[in-house]
Amino acid sequence: MMKLLTSLFIGLTLLSAPVIAQSGPLRLELDQGIIEPLPYAVPNFVPDSPTAAQYAQDISRVVAADLTGTGLFREISSDAFISQVTSFEAPLQFADWKAINAEALVTGAVNVSGKKLTVRFRVWDVFSGQELGSGLQFAGTTDGWRRMAHKVADQVYSRVTGEGGYFDSRVAFVSESGPKDQRLKRLAIMDYDGANVQYLTDSSAIVLAPRFSPTGEQLLYTSYESGSPRIYVLDVGRVKRRELETQDGTMSFSPRFSPDGRSIVYSLIQGGNTDLWKMDLASGQSVRLTNTPAIETAPSYSPDGSQIVFESDRSGTPQLYIMPAGGGEPTRISFGQGRYGTPVWSPRGDLIAFTKQNKGRFHIGVMRTDGSEERLLTSSFLDEGPTWSPNGRVIMFTRETQGASGRATLYSVDISGRNLRPVRTPDGGSDPSWGPLQN
Amino acid sequence: MDTGTKISAIAHVGLIGWALLGGTFRSEPLPMAVQEVSVVTAEQFAAMTAQRDAPQVPSPPVDLQQPEEPEVANAPEPTPEEQPEPEPIVASEPEPDPLPEPVEAPPEPEVIEQPPTLDQPEPEVAALPTPGPESLPNSADKVAPEPVAPPPPEAKPDDIETPAVSLDEGAETQQEQQDQTAPEEATDQIVTEAEETQELSPQTSPRPRTRPSRPQPRAEPVVAETPAAPEEPVQSDQQAIEDALADALGQDDAPSGPPLTSGEKDAMRLAVSKCWNVGSLSTDALQTVVVVGFSLTPDGKVVGGSLQLLDSSGGSSGAAKQAYEAARRAILRCGAKGYDLPADKYAQWQDIEITFNPERMRIK
Repeated sequence: MMKLLTSLFIGLTLLSAPVIAQSGPLRLELDQGIIEPLPYAVPNFVPDSPTAAQYAQDISRVVAADLTGTGLFREISSDAFISQVTSFEAPLQFADWKAINAEALVTGAVNVSGKKLTVRFRVWDVFSGQELGSGLQFAGTTDGWRRMAHKVADQVYSRVTGEGGYFDSRVAFVSESGPKDQRLKRLAIMDYDGANVQYLTDSSAIVLAPRFSPTGEQLLYTSYESGSPRIYVLDVGRVKRRELETQDGTMSFSPRFSPDGRSIVYSLIQGGNTDLWKMDLASGQSVRLTNTPAIETAPSYSPDGSQIVFESDRSGTPQLYIMPAGGGEPTRISFGQGRYGTPVWSPRGDLIAFTKQNKGRFHIGVMRTDGSEERLLTSSFLDEGPTWSPNGRVIMFTRETQGASGRATLYSVDISGRNLRPVRTPDGGSDPSWGPLQN
Repeated sequence: MDTGTKISAIAHVGLIGWALLGGTFRSEPLPMAVQEVSVVTAEQFAAMTAQRDAPQVPSPPVDLQQPEEPEVANAPEPTPEEQPEPEPIVASEPEPDPLPEPVEAPPEPEVIEQPPTLDQPEPEVAALPTPGPESLPNSADKVAPEPVAPPPPEAKPDDIETPAVSLDEGAETQQEQQDQTAPEEATDQIVTEAEETQELSPQTSPRPRTRPSRPQPRAEPVVAETPAAPEEPVQSDQQAIEDALADALGQDDAPSGPPLTSGEKDAMRLAVSKCWNVGSLSTDALQTVVVVGFSLTPDGKVVGGSLQLLDSSGGSSGAAKQAYEAARRAILRCGAKGYDLPADKYAQWQDIEITFNPERMRIK
């Protein structure tokens, strides 16, 4: 009986299968879309008072510049607007924004009372007429209006793309001025977009390779002011610095913080040999991590602090290796043609950025942590020193042009290889270190 | 053992002999080619000497060409010895090409005798074809244009250079812009590097899914979290049986007309894909496959509020949200004026489920 029933069911099901397919929903599968910047509109934020008018305009312009600068968004000019936003609370005429093909819309309002600045904003999905996330308000001082604009842009960015923003962050770098043979180098810090440059040192001594602490409050860098390279740690807020004591008669450089900020890993030249060392910042005690006749340098921690990627020429040419954070047998991960250097672990943990020299050209590239899927993002006479944006989506680096009049400039590029663009700084710039998102 | 060594010895001897014989056989065609040339050169020398006697002043182009030929002649020095040979050898060959040519040669010197009166180019052309079919076109081209119009070809490169200079002159600012906007350079390099690393990428291509240690744990719970996914198949199974029974008992209840043709489905798929922009999606969202369901009005417009995320896989819930929103934008934006679907088959497309799979759209 059971068999009969079962076969009856199966038979009926088979017979009626085409009927089911027809009466159910039409099922389609898409595997090919388009990749282009998302069109969006940022009508000028609405000022609550006449004194806020200028801030409202400036903030909306910075928000738009941040978003468009990612290469993932395309701003629709206000000339194309059919309707204007004159009230933050009034309902939007979505049809007007659909007509100009704006897929996202950012509306906001700015209030100024005395030195206090308040920004409210909303992000809209125009074609569904729904709000992305919910309205948000930032309060601060009028002096910090740019940071508040960056914070708004970070929110818009993450609500549309689904990943964290990076606009409210700072970059430490070496500001370079003067001709190539008499170049003056100063340690400087700026907003990620090149605004608000502050100089942290004078140009009396050569400074190299600033590196942010995980919190962004401290800066490691290498200075030649004592005659040989020494590592200093600088408090960014108070612009106070101190030298990190390493062994006498040695030269130390290429420092980088551990993810917990309690220790640093650096290179130390001792007796003509360069090895990696780790220093506990609280005790000042250093521990040797590598011990080979080869040159080991440019160490960088994984985000979880368990591993270190570094550069070594133990195979004959500079290549990238990964070893446990406490030292141990390293594993080579770079096997392509050319020389690899300055590896930096992505804050997401999935990629390692590096500099590659091959056939007379320099490249900034990324590879997975096992060395697979190497992808070169740039190519020029001299590209070097990559640093990751806080969200692991963008890489900033130094590009230097050829010749005696050659100039070092900061560039940024998306990890897809798109959106390569210079970062505007007052003078030349090199050795960038991208700090974390600010609180 | 003995027989084996014998066999191998015989085989080796045979192989070596064969190789030697083969070499000798192969070496024959080489002298053949040399002989052909030598024959030609001998006649050419005769013709050239005749030309030297006949032409008066403008002969210099002929002198210029001669150095090429003497080089060929120098190689086959034994030409005098082989001169008698050419005819029989050529005769023995299946290729009688050299033969007819020497036959043609005699009339050519006659032509040479004629030109000295007026036209010099003609005798030159006539003298050159004698060497062989290969050298015919070359020598003819060289000889003919040089006396007539060598300057025009030289002038052409000049024309090409001038525009290049003009570009440089007028492009000072453009060059700066190029340096600044380097993206082209970057994109080119990425292409080339992609080509270089093609060997690596395919080997490791399956890794991206498993690559980030974090996303993986997220992905699994996410699949578990999404209630729609697991429930649906269960429901669909039950419903399938029930529907099957119902339909089997009364098929007239099915509202279906003729099904959509594959062309009509493709058109609908294309219509949505034109608006499916993943350019602003996070890498996580690009790992996420979402299934979106919605209903259409008879005029092809999306019924308000009918859009819903039915299923997602491969990414976090946040990534699924972003992926769904991108899919929603695509369906709404391209359907703003109504999708063009056959009205008589409305029952077939009233409800639609689209699976958005960005696998091919990921950053590569």
